[in-house]
Amino acid sequence: MSGVLVVMEQRGGAWNRMSWETLAAGQQLAAQIGASASAAVAGNSVGALANELASKALDKVFAVDHQLLGAYTADAYTAALEQLIRRTSPSIVLFPHTYQVRDFAPKVATRFGQVLISDTIGFRVDGDAPVFARQLFQGKLNADVKPGGPAPHFASVQAGAFRADQLQNGTALVENFTPDLKPEMIRAKPEDPFRESARAVDLTAADIIVSVGRGIKEKENIPIVEELAKALGAELAASRPICDSGWLPMERQVGSSGQTVSPKVYMAVGISGAIQHLVGMKGAKTIVAINKDSNAPIFEVADYGIVGDLFEVVPALVEEVKKAKS
Amino acid sequence: MKIIVSIKQVPVRDSQLRIGSNGRWIQDNDLSFEINEPDAYALEEALQLKEKHGGEVIALCLGPARASQTIREALAKGADRAIHIEEEDLTAFDTLGIAKLLAKAAEAEKPDLILTGLQSDDLGAGQTGVVMAEVLGLPSATIIMAVETAGAGIRVKRELEDGWFQNVQMPLPAVLTIQSGINKLRYATLMGIKKAKTKEIKRVTVAELGGPAAPAATIERVYLPQRTKQTQMLDGSAKEAAAKLVEKLKFEVRVI
Repeated sequence: MSGVLVVMEQRGGAWNRMSWETLAAGQQLAAQIGASASAAVAGNSVGALANELASKALDKVFAVDHQLLGAYTADAYTAALEQLIRRTSPSIVLFPHTYQVRDFAPKVATRFGQVLISDTIGFRVDGDAPVFARQLFQGKLNADVKPGGPAPHFASVQAGAFRADQLQNGTALVENFTPDLKPEMIRAKPEDPFRESARAVDLTAADIIVSVGRGIKEKENIPIVEELAKALGAELAASRPICDSGWLPMERQVGSSGQTVSPKVYMAVGISGAIQHLVGMKGAKTIVAINKDSNAPIFEVADYGIVGDLFEVVPALVEEVKKAKS
Repeated sequence: MKIIVSIKQVPVRDSQLRIGSNGRWIQDNDLSFEINEPDAYALEEALQLKEKHGGEVIALCLGPARASQTIREALAKGADRAIHIEEEDLTAFDTLGIAKLLAKAAEAEKPDLILTGLQSDDLGAGQTGVVMAEVLGLPSATIIMAVETAGAGIRVKRELEDGWFQNVQMPLPAVLTIQSGINKLRYATLMGIKKAKTKEIKRVTVAELGGPAAPAATIERVYLPQRTKQTQMLDGSAKEAAAKLVEKLKFEVRVI
Protein backbone atom coordinates (compact mmCIF):
# COMPACT_ATOMS: atom_id res chain seq x y z
CA MET A 1 0.00 0.00 0.00
CA SER A 2 2.83 2.37 1.01
CA GLY A 3 0.48 5.27 1.69
CA VAL A 4 -0.96 6.97 4.75
CA LEU A 5 -3.18 4.90 7.03
CA VAL A 6 -5.42 6.81 9.44
CA VAL A 7 -6.67 4.84 12.43
CA MET A 8 -10.06 6.25 13.43
CA GLU A 9 -11.51 6.00 16.94
CA GLN A 10 -15.03 5.06 17.95
CA ARG A 11 -16.72 4.04 21.15
CA GLY A 12 -20.04 2.19 21.12
CA GLY A 13 -20.60 3.11 17.47
CA ALA A 14 -20.00 6.85 17.98
CA TRP A 15 -16.97 8.53 16.41
CA ASN A 16 -14.44 10.40 18.45
CA ARG A 17 -14.60 13.66 16.49
CA MET A 18 -10.82 14.11 16.60
CA SER A 19 -10.74 11.18 14.17
CA TRP A 20 -12.12 13.41 11.39
CA GLU A 21 -9.45 16.04 11.97
CA THR A 22 -6.82 13.30 11.78
CA LEU A 23 -8.40 11.95 8.60
CA ALA A 24 -8.15 15.44 7.05
CA ALA A 25 -4.48 15.55 8.12
CA GLY A 26 -3.98 12.13 6.52
CA GLN A 27 -5.51 13.24 3.22
CA GLN A 28 -3.32 16.35 3.15
CA LEU A 29 -0.18 14.44 4.04
CA ALA A 30 -0.88 11.77 1.41
CA ALA A 31 -1.42 14.44 -1.26
CA GLN A 32 1.88 16.11 -0.40
CA ILE A 33 3.96 12.94 -0.50
CA GLY A 34 2.19 11.71 -3.61
CA ALA A 35 0.63 8.66 -1.97
CA SER A 36 -2.84 7.41 -1.22
CA ALA A 37 -4.73 7.73 2.07
CA SER A 38 -6.70 4.94 3.65
CA ALA A 39 -8.58 4.65 6.92
CA ALA A 40 -9.23 1.90 9.43
CA VAL A 41 -11.88 1.56 12.10
CA ALA A 42 -11.68 -1.18 14.72
CA GLY A 43 -14.43 -2.63 16.89
CA ASN A 44 -17.18 -5.21 17.04
CA SER A 45 -19.57 -4.86 14.07
CA VAL A 46 -18.14 -1.70 12.55
CA GLY A 47 -19.70 -2.21 9.10
CA ALA A 48 -21.92 0.87 9.33
CA LEU A 49 -19.03 3.06 10.47
CA ALA A 50 -16.85 1.74 7.64
CA ASN A 51 -19.59 2.56 5.14
CA GLU A 52 -19.70 6.11 6.47
CA LEU A 53 -15.96 6.38 5.87
CA ALA A 54 -16.42 5.09 2.32
CA SER A 55 -17.90 8.47 1.34
CA LYS A 56 -14.54 10.18 1.85
CA ALA A 57 -11.77 10.55 -0.70
CA LEU A 58 -9.78 7.50 0.36
CA ASP A 59 -8.15 4.59 -1.35
CA LYS A 60 -9.48 1.98 1.04
CA VAL A 61 -11.42 1.67 4.25
CA PHE A 62 -10.52 -1.24 6.50
CA ALA A 63 -13.25 -2.55 8.78
CA VAL A 64 -11.24 -4.26 11.50
CA ASP A 65 -13.95 -6.39 13.00
CA HIS A 66 -13.77 -8.81 15.90
CA GLN A 67 -15.89 -9.67 18.89
CA LEU A 68 -12.86 -9.15 21.13
CA LEU A 69 -12.56 -5.53 19.93
CA GLY A 70 -15.99 -4.63 21.37
CA ALA A 71 -14.73 -3.31 24.69
CA TYR A 72 -11.42 -1.52 24.31
CA THR A 73 -8.32 -3.27 25.64
CA ALA A 74 -4.75 -2.28 24.84
CA ASP A 75 -3.81 -5.90 24.14
CA ALA A 76 -6.53 -6.59 21.57
CA TYR A 77 -6.20 -3.23 19.82
CA THR A 78 -2.41 -3.50 19.66
CA ALA A 79 -2.53 -6.99 18.18
CA ALA A 80 -5.28 -6.14 15.68
CA LEU A 81 -3.55 -2.97 14.45
CA GLU A 82 -0.18 -4.70 14.26
CA GLN A 83 -1.71 -7.39 12.04
CA LEU A 84 -3.46 -4.86 9.80
CA ILE A 85 -0.27 -2.81 9.38
CA ARG A 86 1.78 -5.92 8.52
CA ARG A 87 -0.82 -6.88 5.93
CA THR A 88 -1.18 -3.46 4.32
CA SER A 89 2.37 -2.02 4.78
CA PRO A 90 1.54 1.71 4.99
CA SER A 91 4.48 4.09 5.07
CA ILE A 92 2.83 6.36 7.67
CA VAL A 93 0.20 5.56 10.29
CA LEU A 94 -1.70 8.47 11.86
CA PHE A 95 -3.82 8.36 15.03
CA PRO A 96 -5.88 11.07 16.76
CA HIS A 97 -4.06 11.93 20.01
CA THR A 98 -6.78 10.65 22.34
CA TYR A 99 -6.44 9.07 25.77
CA GLN A 100 -7.15 5.67 24.16
CA VAL A 101 -4.44 6.17 21.54
CA ARG A 102 -1.99 7.12 24.28
CA ASP A 103 -2.83 3.78 25.90
CA PHE A 104 -2.02 1.49 22.95
CA ALA A 105 -0.42 3.26 19.95
CA PRO A 106 3.08 3.41 21.53
CA LYS A 107 2.88 -0.39 21.85
CA VAL A 108 2.03 -0.77 18.16
CA ALA A 109 4.98 1.43 17.18
CA THR A 110 7.31 -0.53 19.47
CA ARG A 111 6.40 -3.76 17.68
CA PHE A 112 7.84 -2.24 14.51
CA GLY A 113 10.97 -0.96 16.27
CA GLN A 114 9.54 2.54 15.88
CA VAL A 115 8.35 5.38 18.11
CA LEU A 116 5.06 7.22 18.00
CA ILE A 117 5.72 10.89 17.26
CA SER A 118 2.95 12.00 19.57
CA ASP A 119 0.64 14.98 19.80
CA THR A 120 1.79 16.57 16.54
CA ILE A 121 0.40 19.95 15.47
CA GLY A 122 1.47 19.99 11.83
CA PHE A 123 3.91 18.67 9.28
CA ARG A 124 6.01 19.70 6.34
CA VAL A 125 7.34 17.44 3.64
CA ASP A 126 11.08 17.19 3.16
CA GLY A 127 11.73 15.36 -0.12
CA ASP A 128 9.09 12.65 0.07
CA ALA A 129 9.20 12.25 3.84
CA PRO A 130 7.22 14.17 6.44
CA VAL A 131 8.75 16.14 9.29
CA PHE A 132 6.29 16.56 12.15
CA ALA A 133 5.95 19.59 14.42
CA ARG A 134 5.11 19.02 18.07
CA GLN A 135 5.19 21.00 21.27
CA LEU A 136 7.78 20.79 24.03
CA PHE A 137 7.73 22.15 27.59
CA GLN A 138 3.92 22.35 27.76
CA GLY A 139 3.75 24.50 24.64
CA LYS A 140 6.57 26.92 25.43
CA LEU A 141 8.63 25.63 22.49
CA ASN A 142 8.02 23.70 19.31
CA ALA A 143 10.18 21.01 17.76
CA ASP A 144 10.44 19.52 14.28
CA VAL A 145 10.78 15.77 14.59
CA LYS A 146 11.95 13.62 11.73
CA PRO A 147 11.03 9.96 11.59
CA GLY A 148 13.88 7.61 10.72
CA GLY A 149 14.55 3.95 10.17
CA PRO A 150 12.45 1.73 7.95
CA ALA A 151 8.71 2.44 7.51
CA PRO A 152 6.08 2.37 8.84
CA HIS A 153 6.39 5.62 10.75
CA PHE A 154 3.85 6.56 13.41
CA ALA A 155 2.39 9.89 14.54
CA SER A 156 -0.62 11.10 16.53
CA VAL A 157 -2.41 14.38 15.83
CA GLN A 158 -3.41 16.96 18.45
CA ALA A 159 -7.04 18.03 18.84
CA GLY A 160 -7.76 21.14 16.80
CA ALA A 161 -4.54 21.04 14.80
CA PHE A 162 -6.39 20.19 11.58
CA ARG A 163 -9.91 21.04 10.49
CA ALA A 164 -12.47 18.34 9.86
CA ASP A 165 -14.34 20.64 7.42
CA GLN A 166 -11.38 20.37 5.04
CA LEU A 167 -12.08 16.67 4.53
CA GLN A 168 -12.39 15.72 0.86
CA ASN A 169 -15.38 13.62 -0.06
CA GLY A 170 -15.22 10.79 -2.58
CA THR A 171 -15.68 7.08 -2.64
CA ALA A 172 -13.60 4.33 -1.14
CA LEU A 173 -13.61 0.59 -1.22
CA VAL A 174 -14.48 -1.12 2.08
CA GLU A 175 -12.37 -4.12 2.93
CA ASN A 176 -13.13 -6.36 5.90
CA PHE A 177 -10.19 -7.39 8.00
CA THR A 178 -10.64 -10.03 10.67
CA PRO A 179 -7.63 -10.05 12.99
CA ASP A 180 -6.50 -13.26 14.63
CA LEU A 181 -7.35 -12.60 18.28
CA LYS A 182 -7.78 -15.04 21.14
CA PRO A 183 -9.24 -14.34 24.59
CA GLU A 184 -6.00 -15.43 26.32
CA MET A 185 -4.10 -12.59 24.54
CA ILE A 186 -6.08 -10.06 26.57
CA ARG A 187 -4.62 -9.60 30.03
CA ALA A 188 -6.74 -6.70 31.29
CA LYS A 189 -10.42 -6.96 32.22
CA PRO A 190 -12.13 -3.62 31.55
CA GLU A 191 -15.30 -2.67 33.42
CA ASP A 192 -17.91 -0.29 32.02
CA PRO A 193 -16.90 3.38 31.79
CA PHE A 194 -18.66 5.65 34.30
CA ARG A 195 -18.97 9.29 35.32
CA GLU A 196 -18.10 10.17 38.90
CA SER A 197 -21.27 12.10 39.71
CA ALA A 198 -23.76 14.41 38.11
CA ARG A 199 -22.07 17.74 37.53
CA ALA A 200 -23.43 20.34 39.89
CA VAL A 201 -21.70 23.14 38.01
CA ASP A 202 -22.38 23.60 34.31
CA LEU A 203 -19.62 25.89 33.12
CA THR A 204 -20.78 25.53 29.52
CA ALA A 205 -23.76 27.78 30.21
CA ALA A 206 -21.68 30.71 31.49
CA ASP A 207 -21.24 33.89 29.42
CA ILE A 208 -18.14 34.93 31.30
CA ILE A 209 -15.64 32.64 32.97
CA VAL A 210 -12.82 33.72 35.24
CA SER A 211 -10.36 30.84 35.42
CA VAL A 212 -7.45 30.50 37.78
CA GLY A 213 -4.20 28.55 37.53
CA ARG A 214 -0.98 27.82 39.37
CA GLY A 215 -0.06 31.51 39.44
CA ILE A 216 -2.42 31.94 42.40
CA LYS A 217 0.20 30.08 44.49
CA GLU A 218 -1.92 29.21 47.56
CA LYS A 219 -5.44 28.16 48.41
CA GLU A 220 -5.73 31.21 50.68
CA ASN A 221 -5.42 33.43 47.58
CA ILE A 222 -8.44 31.97 45.74
CA PRO A 223 -10.81 34.69 47.12
CA ILE A 224 -8.82 37.25 45.09
CA VAL A 225 -10.10 35.77 41.82
CA GLU A 226 -13.44 34.87 43.36
CA GLU A 227 -14.02 38.56 43.88
CA LEU A 228 -13.22 39.30 40.24
CA ALA A 229 -15.68 36.61 39.13
CA LYS A 230 -18.31 38.15 41.39
CA ALA A 231 -17.70 41.65 40.07
CA LEU A 232 -18.01 40.46 36.46
CA GLY A 233 -20.98 38.16 37.15
CA ALA A 234 -18.81 35.29 35.97
CA GLU A 235 -18.46 31.60 36.84
CA LEU A 236 -15.22 30.67 38.55
CA ALA A 237 -13.20 27.89 36.89
CA ALA A 238 -9.69 26.51 37.17
CA SER A 239 -6.93 24.62 35.42
CA ARG A 240 -6.23 21.08 36.50
CA PRO A 241 -3.48 21.64 39.10
CA ILE A 242 -5.82 23.85 41.16
CA CYS A 243 -8.45 21.10 41.30
CA ASP A 244 -5.79 18.42 41.88
CA SER A 245 -4.68 20.36 44.94
CA GLY A 246 -8.27 20.56 46.15
CA TRP A 247 -8.31 24.37 46.08
CA LEU A 248 -11.45 24.30 43.94
CA PRO A 249 -13.77 21.33 43.28
CA MET A 250 -13.03 19.07 40.28
CA GLU A 251 -16.32 20.11 38.67
CA ARG A 252 -14.85 23.58 38.05
CA GLN A 253 -12.00 22.20 35.96
CA VAL A 254 -11.63 23.31 32.34
CA GLY A 255 -9.52 21.20 29.97
CA SER A 256 -9.21 17.80 28.36
CA SER A 257 -10.09 15.97 31.56
CA GLY A 258 -12.65 18.57 32.66
CA GLN A 259 -15.25 20.65 30.86
CA THR A 260 -14.98 22.17 27.38
CA VAL A 261 -16.34 25.70 27.33
CA SER A 262 -16.90 28.43 24.76
CA PRO A 263 -18.11 31.51 26.66
CA LYS A 264 -18.20 35.08 25.38
CA VAL A 265 -15.22 35.90 27.57
CA TYR A 266 -12.69 33.56 29.12
CA MET A 267 -10.31 35.27 31.50
CA ALA A 268 -7.28 33.13 32.29
CA VAL A 269 -5.58 34.32 35.46
CA GLY A 270 -2.17 32.84 36.26
CA ILE A 271 -2.69 30.03 33.76
CA SER A 272 0.33 29.22 31.59
CA GLY A 273 -1.75 27.51 28.90
CA ALA A 274 -0.65 23.88 28.63
CA ILE A 275 -2.39 22.16 25.73
CA GLN A 276 -4.54 20.08 28.11
CA HIS A 277 -6.06 23.35 29.27
CA LEU A 278 -6.20 25.08 25.87
CA VAL A 279 -8.31 22.34 24.27
CA GLY A 280 -10.99 23.07 26.86
CA MET A 281 -11.28 26.82 26.25
CA LYS A 282 -9.82 27.91 22.94
CA GLY A 283 -13.30 28.07 21.46
CA ALA A 284 -14.12 31.09 23.65
CA LYS A 285 -15.09 34.19 21.64
CA THR A 286 -12.73 36.45 23.55
CA ILE A 287 -9.79 35.27 25.58
CA VAL A 288 -8.07 37.47 28.16
CA ALA A 289 -4.78 36.34 29.68
CA ILE A 290 -3.15 37.74 32.79
CA ASN A 291 0.25 36.19 33.47
CA LYS A 292 3.62 37.30 34.76
CA ASP A 293 5.50 35.33 32.09
CA SER A 294 5.28 37.07 28.72
CA ASN A 295 6.33 33.81 27.02
CA ALA A 296 3.47 31.79 28.53
CA PRO A 297 1.65 29.85 25.77
CA ILE A 298 -1.69 31.29 26.92
CA PHE A 299 -0.75 34.54 25.14
CA GLU A 300 -0.69 32.66 21.82
CA VAL A 301 -4.46 32.25 21.97
CA ALA A 302 -5.31 35.45 23.85
CA ASP A 303 -7.12 38.43 22.30
CA TYR A 304 -6.11 40.69 25.17
CA GLY A 305 -3.06 40.19 27.32
CA ILE A 306 -1.69 41.75 30.46
CA VAL A 307 1.83 40.81 31.49
CA GLY A 308 1.99 41.45 35.19
CA ASP A 309 1.62 40.28 38.74
CA LEU A 310 -1.89 38.95 39.17
CA PHE A 311 -1.87 40.01 42.82
CA GLU A 312 -1.68 43.61 41.63
CA VAL A 313 -3.65 43.35 38.38
CA VAL A 314 -6.69 41.44 39.66
CA PRO A 315 -7.56 43.77 42.59
CA ALA A 316 -7.11 46.76 40.25
CA LEU A 317 -9.41 45.05 37.77
CA VAL A 318 -12.08 44.46 40.44
CA GLU A 319 -12.05 48.19 41.20
CA GLU A 320 -12.26 49.20 37.56
CA VAL A 321 -15.09 46.75 36.87
CA LYS A 322 -17.05 48.05 39.86
CA LYS A 323 -16.44 51.61 38.72
CA ALA A 324 -17.61 50.81 35.18
CA LYS A 325 -20.74 49.10 36.45
CA SER A 326 -21.79 51.81 38.90
CA MET B 1 4.98 -5.59 46.77
CA LYS B 2 8.22 -4.66 45.04
CA ILE B 3 7.64 -1.43 43.15
CA ILE B 4 9.94 0.40 40.76
CA VAL B 5 9.16 4.06 40.15
CA SER B 6 10.71 5.54 37.06
CA ILE B 7 11.38 9.24 37.61
CA LYS B 8 12.79 11.98 35.42
CA GLN B 9 14.50 15.24 36.27
CA VAL B 10 13.20 18.23 34.29
CA PRO B 11 13.75 22.02 34.37
CA VAL B 12 11.63 23.74 37.04
CA ARG B 13 8.29 24.89 35.78
CA ASP B 14 8.88 28.63 35.60
CA SER B 15 12.25 28.34 33.82
CA GLN B 16 13.02 30.96 31.21
CA LEU B 17 13.95 28.69 28.34
CA ARG B 18 16.56 29.55 25.75
CA ILE B 19 17.33 27.52 22.68
CA GLY B 20 20.74 25.82 22.74
CA SER B 21 23.52 26.68 20.31
CA ASN B 22 22.95 23.58 18.15
CA GLY B 23 19.28 24.54 17.78
CA ARG B 24 18.13 21.07 18.73
CA TRP B 25 17.47 21.40 22.45
CA ILE B 26 17.44 24.03 25.16
CA GLN B 27 20.42 25.58 26.85
CA ASP B 28 20.17 23.85 30.19
CA ASN B 29 23.45 24.51 31.97
CA ASP B 30 22.09 27.52 33.87
CA LEU B 31 18.66 26.13 34.77
CA SER B 32 17.34 24.66 38.01
CA PHE B 33 15.82 21.19 37.95
CA GLU B 34 13.18 19.24 39.82
CA ILE B 35 11.33 15.94 39.64
CA ASN B 36 8.86 15.72 36.75
CA GLU B 37 5.53 16.44 38.42
CA PRO B 38 3.55 13.35 37.31
CA ASP B 39 6.53 11.23 38.43
CA ALA B 40 6.24 12.80 41.90
CA TYR B 41 2.67 11.50 42.03
CA ALA B 42 3.86 8.07 40.83
CA LEU B 43 6.43 8.01 43.63
CA GLU B 44 3.81 9.01 46.20
CA GLU B 45 1.49 6.24 44.95
CA ALA B 46 4.30 3.71 45.27
CA LEU B 47 5.05 4.85 48.84
CA GLN B 48 1.37 4.61 49.79
CA LEU B 49 1.09 1.10 48.27
CA LYS B 50 4.14 0.04 50.24
CA GLU B 51 2.68 1.45 53.45
CA LYS B 52 -0.51 -0.56 52.83
CA HIS B 53 0.93 -3.82 51.56
CA GLY B 54 4.57 -3.84 52.62
CA GLY B 55 7.47 -4.38 50.25
CA GLU B 56 10.06 -2.13 48.71
CA VAL B 57 10.15 1.02 46.57
CA ILE B 58 13.04 1.49 44.17
CA ALA B 59 13.50 4.79 42.35
CA LEU B 60 14.86 4.40 38.82
CA CYS B 61 16.22 7.40 36.97
CA LEU B 62 17.99 7.90 33.65
CA GLY B 63 19.79 11.21 33.57
CA PRO B 64 23.03 13.14 34.00
CA ALA B 65 25.00 13.44 37.24
CA ARG B 66 22.83 16.37 38.37
CA ALA B 67 19.81 14.02 38.51
CA SER B 68 21.27 12.52 41.71
CA GLN B 69 19.73 15.51 43.52
CA THR B 70 16.25 14.41 42.39
CA ILE B 71 17.07 10.80 43.30
CA ARG B 72 18.15 11.89 46.82
CA GLU B 73 14.84 13.70 47.22
CA ALA B 74 12.96 10.52 46.28
CA LEU B 75 14.98 8.60 48.86
CA ALA B 76 14.28 11.31 51.44
CA LYS B 77 10.56 10.94 50.81
CA GLY B 78 10.77 7.23 51.51
CA ALA B 79 12.08 5.24 48.54
CA ASP B 80 14.26 2.41 49.90
CA ARG B 81 17.01 2.57 47.31
CA ALA B 82 17.68 3.83 43.80
CA ILE B 83 19.18 2.97 40.45
CA HIS B 84 20.74 5.80 38.48
CA ILE B 85 21.50 5.17 34.83
CA GLU B 86 24.03 7.92 34.43
CA GLU B 87 24.21 9.54 31.01
CA GLU B 88 25.13 13.16 30.34
CA ASP B 89 23.62 13.54 26.88
CA LEU B 90 20.08 12.26 26.50
CA THR B 91 19.42 14.04 23.20
CA ALA B 92 20.86 11.07 21.28
CA PHE B 93 18.00 8.86 22.51
CA ASP B 94 14.38 8.64 21.44
CA THR B 95 11.52 7.28 23.56
CA LEU B 96 12.21 3.71 22.48
CA GLY B 97 15.90 3.97 23.31
CA ILE B 98 15.15 5.44 26.74
CA ALA B 99 12.40 2.93 27.51
CA LYS B 100 14.69 0.04 26.54
CA LEU B 101 17.38 1.19 28.98
CA LEU B 102 14.86 1.67 31.79
CA ALA B 103 13.27 -1.69 31.02
CA LYS B 104 16.61 -3.45 31.09
CA ALA B 105 17.50 -1.95 34.46
CA ALA B 106 14.02 -2.72 35.86
CA GLU B 107 13.95 -6.30 34.59
CA ALA B 108 16.88 -7.38 36.75
CA GLU B 109 14.90 -6.39 39.86
CA LYS B 110 11.86 -8.57 38.98
CA PRO B 111 9.37 -5.98 40.28
CA ASP B 112 5.67 -6.64 40.87
CA LEU B 113 4.75 -3.19 39.68
CA ILE B 114 6.40 -0.42 37.68
CA LEU B 115 4.99 3.08 38.05
CA THR B 116 5.86 6.27 36.19
CA GLY B 117 4.22 9.60 35.47
CA LEU B 118 1.88 9.75 32.48
CA GLN B 119 4.13 12.21 30.66
CA SER B 120 7.14 14.45 31.15
CA ASP B 121 6.96 18.20 31.47
CA ASP B 122 9.80 18.67 28.98
CA LEU B 123 9.36 16.27 26.03
CA GLY B 124 5.77 15.36 26.82
CA ALA B 125 5.75 12.28 24.59
CA GLY B 126 3.71 10.40 27.21
CA GLN B 127 5.02 6.99 26.21
CA THR B 128 7.93 5.89 28.37
CA GLY B 129 5.81 3.68 30.65
CA VAL B 130 3.79 2.14 27.84
CA VAL B 131 6.87 1.34 25.76
CA MET B 132 8.65 -0.09 28.82
CA ALA B 133 5.69 -2.43 29.31
CA GLU B 134 5.79 -3.52 25.69
CA VAL B 135 9.55 -4.11 25.78
CA LEU B 136 9.14 -6.19 28.96
CA GLY B 137 6.07 -8.02 27.65
CA LEU B 138 3.97 -6.75 30.59
CA PRO B 139 0.39 -5.48 30.63
CA SER B 140 -0.02 -1.75 31.16
CA ALA B 141 -2.65 0.87 31.81
CA THR B 142 -2.36 4.63 31.44
CA ILE B 143 -3.57 7.85 33.09
CA ILE B 144 -4.33 6.09 36.37
CA MET B 145 -6.26 7.80 39.17
CA ALA B 146 -6.47 4.92 41.72
CA VAL B 147 -4.70 1.63 42.39
CA GLU B 148 -6.00 -1.16 44.62
CA THR B 149 -5.10 -4.80 45.01
CA ALA B 150 -7.64 -7.36 43.75
CA GLY B 151 -6.83 -10.99 44.44
CA ALA B 152 -3.41 -11.74 42.99
CA GLY B 153 -3.65 -8.72 40.70
CA ILE B 154 -4.73 -5.09 40.80
CA ARG B 155 -7.75 -2.99 39.92
CA VAL B 156 -6.95 0.46 38.57
CA LYS B 157 -9.06 3.49 37.69
CA ARG B 158 -8.24 4.89 34.26
CA GLU B 159 -9.14 8.46 33.43
CA LEU B 160 -10.92 8.81 30.09
CA GLU B 161 -11.84 12.09 28.42
CA ASP B 162 -14.63 14.52 29.41
CA GLY B 163 -14.94 13.40 33.02
CA TRP B 164 -15.34 9.67 32.27
CA PHE B 165 -13.48 6.92 34.12
CA GLN B 166 -13.09 3.18 33.80
CA ASN B 167 -11.94 0.49 36.22
CA VAL B 168 -9.67 -2.18 34.78
CA GLN B 169 -8.45 -5.36 36.46
CA MET B 170 -5.08 -6.73 35.51
CA PRO B 171 -2.55 -9.32 36.66
CA LEU B 172 0.87 -8.52 38.13
CA PRO B 173 3.54 -7.70 37.20
CA ALA B 174 2.25 -4.65 35.36
CA VAL B 175 3.22 -1.11 34.36
CA LEU B 176 1.03 1.90 35.21
CA THR B 177 1.36 5.52 34.16
CA ILE B 178 0.08 7.79 36.92
CA GLN B 179 -1.96 10.97 36.47
CA SER B 180 -1.18 14.11 38.49
CA GLY B 181 -3.62 14.56 41.36
CA ILE B 182 -4.07 10.84 42.15
CA ASN B 183 -2.93 11.50 45.72
CA LYS B 184 -1.57 14.22 47.97
CA LEU B 185 2.18 14.65 47.74
CA ARG B 186 4.18 14.39 50.95
CA TYR B 187 7.15 16.48 51.94
CA ALA B 188 10.42 14.90 52.95
CA THR B 189 10.91 14.98 56.72
CA LEU B 190 14.19 16.00 58.35
CA MET B 191 14.59 12.39 59.46
CA GLY B 192 13.92 11.26 55.89
CA ILE B 193 16.56 13.62 54.50
CA LYS B 194 19.04 12.34 57.05
CA LYS B 195 18.27 8.70 56.30
CA ALA B 196 18.50 9.27 52.54
CA LYS B 197 22.22 9.90 52.88
CA THR B 198 22.81 6.28 53.87
CA LYS B 199 20.53 4.70 51.26
CA GLU B 200 21.99 2.88 48.28
CA ILE B 201 22.17 4.50 44.84
CA LYS B 202 23.36 1.93 42.34
CA ARG B 203 24.99 3.61 39.36
CA VAL B 204 24.97 1.94 35.97
CA THR B 205 26.06 3.14 32.56
CA VAL B 206 24.27 2.98 29.24
CA ALA B 207 27.02 0.66 27.99
CA GLU B 208 26.35 -1.80 30.82
CA LEU B 209 22.71 -1.97 29.74
CA GLY B 210 23.51 -2.82 26.15
CA GLY B 211 24.40 0.59 24.80
CA PRO B 212 22.38 3.15 22.89
CA ALA B 213 20.07 2.07 20.09
CA ALA B 214 19.95 4.03 16.84
CA PRO B 215 17.07 6.49 17.30
CA ALA B 216 14.01 6.02 15.12
CA ALA B 217 13.06 9.68 15.44
CA THR B 218 15.23 12.74 15.90
CA ILE B 219 14.57 16.35 16.85
CA GLU B 220 15.76 18.44 13.91
CA ARG B 221 15.09 21.87 15.29
CA VAL B 222 13.63 23.59 18.34
CA TYR B 223 11.98 26.99 17.94
CA LEU B 224 9.56 29.46 19.46
CA PRO B 225 5.94 28.86 18.47
CA GLN B 226 4.30 31.44 16.27
CA ARG B 227 1.36 33.36 17.59
CA THR B 228 -1.85 32.38 15.86
CA LYS B 229 -3.79 35.37 17.12
CA GLN B 230 -3.12 39.08 17.14
CA THR B 231 -2.95 39.67 20.85
CA GLN B 232 -3.53 43.22 22.03
CA MET B 233 -1.10 43.62 24.89
CA LEU B 234 -2.33 46.10 27.48
CA ASP B 235 0.59 47.71 29.22
CA GLY B 236 1.26 50.24 31.92
CA SER B 237 0.92 49.90 35.68
CA ALA B 238 -1.49 47.32 37.08
CA LYS B 239 -4.09 50.05 37.46
CA GLU B 240 -3.58 51.39 33.93
CA ALA B 241 -3.69 47.94 32.34
CA ALA B 242 -6.82 47.06 34.33
CA ALA B 243 -8.53 50.28 33.20
CA LYS B 244 -7.63 49.54 29.55
CA LEU B 245 -9.00 46.02 29.83
CA VAL B 246 -12.28 47.17 31.35
CA GLU B 247 -12.66 49.66 28.53
CA LYS B 248 -12.15 46.85 25.98
CA LEU B 249 -14.64 44.63 27.79
CA LYS B 250 -17.15 47.46 27.87
CA PHE B 251 -16.85 48.90 24.37
CA GLU B 252 -15.36 46.14 22.17
CA VAL B 253 -16.51 42.89 23.76
CA ARG B 254 -19.57 44.50 25.36
CA VAL B 255 -19.97 42.30 28.37
CA ILE B 256 -19.91 45.03 31.03
